[in-house]
Amino acid sequence: MSSTESAWETVIGLEVHAQLATRSKIFSSAPVAFGQPPNSLVNDVCAGLPGALPVLNREAVALALRAGLALGCSIQRVSVFARKNYFYPDLPKGYQISQFEQPICLGGAIPYELDGEQHSLRLTRIHMEEDAGKSTHTAAGPYSAIDLNRAGTPLVEIVSEPELHSAEHAAACFRELRSILVALGVNDGNMAEGSLRCDANVSVRRRGDTTLGTKVEIKNLNSFKFLRDAIRAESQRQIDVLERGGALVQETRLWHEVERRTVPMRTKEGSADYRYFPDPDLPPLIIEEGWIATVRANLPELPGAQRARLQQQHGLSAYDATVLVALEGAVPVFDGAVAAGAPPKGVANLLSGIVAASINEGRLRWDAAASAFVPVAAGPAPSSGRVDGPRLGELAGLLHDGVISSNAARDVLDRMLASDASPRRIVDEAGLQQLSDTDALDAIIREVIASMPDAATSYRSGNRKVLALFIGRVMKSSSGRANPGLVQERLRALLAETE
Amino acid sequence: MPDQLSRLAAAVRTGATTSRSLVERALAREASARALNAVTSVTAAEALATADAIDAAARAGAPLGPLAGVPLLVKDNICTTDGVTTCASRMLPGYRSPFDAEAVRRLRQAGAVIVGKANMDEFAMGSTGETSAAGPCGNPWSAAHVPGGSSSGSAAAVAAGIVPASLGSDTGGSVRQPAAFCGVVGVKPTYGTVSRRGLVAYGSSLDQIGPLATSVADAALLLSVIAGHDAGDATSAAQPTPDYLGGLTAGVQGLRVGVPRALLASGVEPAVLAEVERAAAILEEAGARVVDVALPHAPVAAPAYYILATAEASSNLSRFDGVRYGHRTGDAADIDELYARSRAEGFGPEVIQRILLGTYVLSAGYYDAYYRKAQQVRTLIIDDYRAVFAACDVLLTPPSPSTAFRTGDASRDPLQMYLADIFTVSANLAGIPAMSLPMGLDGQGLPTAVQLSARAFREPVLFQAAAELERRRGALPSAPGYTLFDGADA
Repeated sequence: MSSTESAWETVIGLEVHAQLATRSKIFSSAPVAFGQPPNSLVNDVCAGLPGALPVLNREAVALALRAGLALGCSIQRVSVFARKNYFYPDLPKGYQISQFEQPICLGGAIPYELDGEQHSLRLTRIHMEEDAGKSTHTAAGPYSAIDLNRAGTPLVEIVSEPELHSAEHAAACFRELRSILVALGVNDGNMAEGSLRCDANVSVRRRGDTTLGTKVEIKNLNSFKFLRDAIRAESQRQIDVLERGGALVQETRLWHEVERRTVPMRTKEGSADYRYFPDPDLPPLIIEEGWIATVRANLPELPGAQRARLQQQHGLSAYDATVLVALEGAVPVFDGAVAAGAPPKGVANLLSGIVAASINEGRLRWDAAASAFVPVAAGPAPSSGRVDGPRLGELAGLLHDGVISSNAARDVLDRMLASDASPRRIVDEAGLQQLSDTDALDAIIREVIASMPDAATSYRSGNRKVLALFIGRVMKSSSGRANPGLVQERLRALLAETE
Repeated sequence: MPDQLSRLAAAVRTGATTSRSLVERALAREASARALNAVTSVTAAEALATADAIDAAARAGAPLGPLAGVPLLVKDNICTTDGVTTCASRMLPGYRSPFDAEAVRRLRQAGAVIVGKANMDEFAMGSTGETSAAGPCGNPWSAAHVPGGSSSGSAAAVAAGIVPASLGSDTGGSVRQPAAFCGVVGVKPTYGTVSRRGLVAYGSSLDQIGPLATSVADAALLLSVIAGHDAGDATSAAQPTPDYLGGLTAGVQGLRVGVPRALLASGVEPAVLAEVERAAAILEEAGARVVDVALPHAPVAAPAYYILATAEASSNLSRFDGVRYGHRTGDAADIDELYARSRAEGFGPEVIQRILLGTYVLSAGYYDAYYRKAQQVRTLIIDDYRAVFAACDVLLTPPSPSTAFRTGDASRDPLQMYLADIFTVSANLAGIPAMSLPMGLDGQGLPTAVQLSARAFREPVLFQAAAELERRRGALPSAPGYTLFDGADA
């Protein structure tokens, strides 16, 4: 930290818009989906036709309650939807329905971890609202394109207190919020598709000052990296302006990734007056105690608690626990495998290794309903090939017991996706057992050494690096089944023996 | 002519008449009364096809609804899939709704045949029928007087015998006042009784669709058809619809009728006041007990109403922006100009005035002084009625301080026109049911009327008292040159 920087304190508050993972829109039965043909998910309510009326989707309220309870908010027994009035082509009614004076949740906090320490960011409120449509402005013609598919998608806006003091804290906190919302099933966590969006309010003040500086809102920070980089750049910009004796204006800016600086967003002259008033089409939302209790009773284990349990109960490292919790579906499969008697560390390695790789390659996906990873098929979803806790546990057991090599594990997993046979049977039928028979292995090794006389001479003259060449050749000759530890041991012995 | 609707429907069901002949009669009457300009659009082909289908069903002995084959008009701000829904505005020329209003769906289910759309003040804003982009609607009783509004065509068409009944919408008196000016029965139901889905919103917290008819029984029957819970309207009342017809002959023995005499002491035309006293006397003679009640906040009801209604309207009418449907200017350089010009060209002066007023009262810095204060007044008015209906079962007032206004008066003194809503707006602010019942004619030969209101969801007692008053009042003449729709020659 430079000397000038240390004289300043950055103050950050977050505003996160999270789409609620409902099947239909917040005020109508139109379906919610991403990537559909423009204006194909639009009914009379979404299009703001004359005479259309909103009816609140209770599933959206249930998800907002879930988020609010998981984050320790105080649930408001009465909340009110208001109209935020402004004209924009992708806002069909000329107003957005949003909670204003009386939101559904007050208070609460996001617990998060940074550098092994526990922190918490206090929340001001969570309110429900509808998303707007999408405008696309092209240079091609005199028109803009409007897609109302997103119009009416349910959102919660999670607003924090301005209490963060570094970009790293902001990124860690947002990352944890994302994993909490995903674990709750409230949001799909997809920042690229815009279902989770973060705005940051950034100001700086001289260290020791108690009043807040001029606030700048940076909009649409849709990755952890953008959030971190934008806050760093913006806070430095503000410090530079103030140190030069300049003044800051309260404004909205955007992160310019290529130029690596924030740029002013086009602003309307004067401040907008949204003329909020309670929406007369929607009676106040009354939430009965019984509903709160039901939602609370069905809250899943949250990521922080999961990480702690994986470490304390199953002896995983903090790193392994973090990786597993971040991989959707990994914890239930892990729990299922361990309950079936599999070695915890071995299961964790499979999940963070070959399972995660298969997901990244697009060959495997999590199916929450099946509580298993399932193969990604071109046609209709296959009924076989599920990777659930017991099956993955059996694979971990085979690996742990030395029945198969870690190389073969990948092969076994691939074959598991194509059948319902047990991993043990797959190994038996395909002959994938690890070659741990010294006599059989020695025969292969002798053959390999004989076929590489120059390398053998080189090894014997002290070039130990060529051992890797031999190992590679032996593994290849054994179709990957050779026990790698034993191969090394026997190679050394046999190379020395024939010296 | 009580029970006209059920009589016509019964005739269609039994084959004594056909729906086609009733519909043809309505279409012919509309054509001959075109000078009234009570109808903005006619859907003759669809109506005749529906009528034929109903006649075929009647011949086949299929079960038919309580309005089987009866031709009706609905106000042009109520969405129908056949024909257009224009709100009598240049903003929505030729607008075709992809869905029927819930009230229309219920009408059709009951066998009614919608023959067209009734003229109205533009977007239901006005109390004279003169703000329509389709031109002013006339009053069948007098060419020099307005039919009232905003449901001008719905009232005038029933008074002129084009149809036996119609639907209007009432935000601050828009069914009751034109009903009174045209000498027909008009009902503003309890808020939440009739679904607002498909009613183009003016003041969402005040709007209700209501029936206009030639008798109390017809209005009660029509309301029983369109009333009922609709899951598609979050403000629709969940409770079961009461029986509106059972009490029509029950009489008023022991009923307490409240009259706010202090409120009526000033500003009410003598002929109008005399009708209230005559109605009170008739009811008393029939066994009711007349009590004096107070509505201390009535004088501020109209100002509060105009703040709340216009605030809601300014937001409700934002969707008419020229982007997705409706009028779009042919001449705009950018999006802001497209909005400004499309709206300036599409909306008439009364609508623009109310949008401006509503925008103003919601603006930062004025919200507390206007909108919030008006909401507080609304609460006080609800409290007033709570006290009133502890002391009486039915409240008796005039619907308007005068009989029909002369044409052109509204543009001469718009503020006076707003204040003339003093007796109707309170029922909308409090959400209670109210109806206007014709009583006779004043010295100029214009219809006189009284207004009855009751506690929320107590329409049955309203109809009970109105039916007794109607019987004892006796038959009234029809408008000169017109006969009511009776299907007699069908």
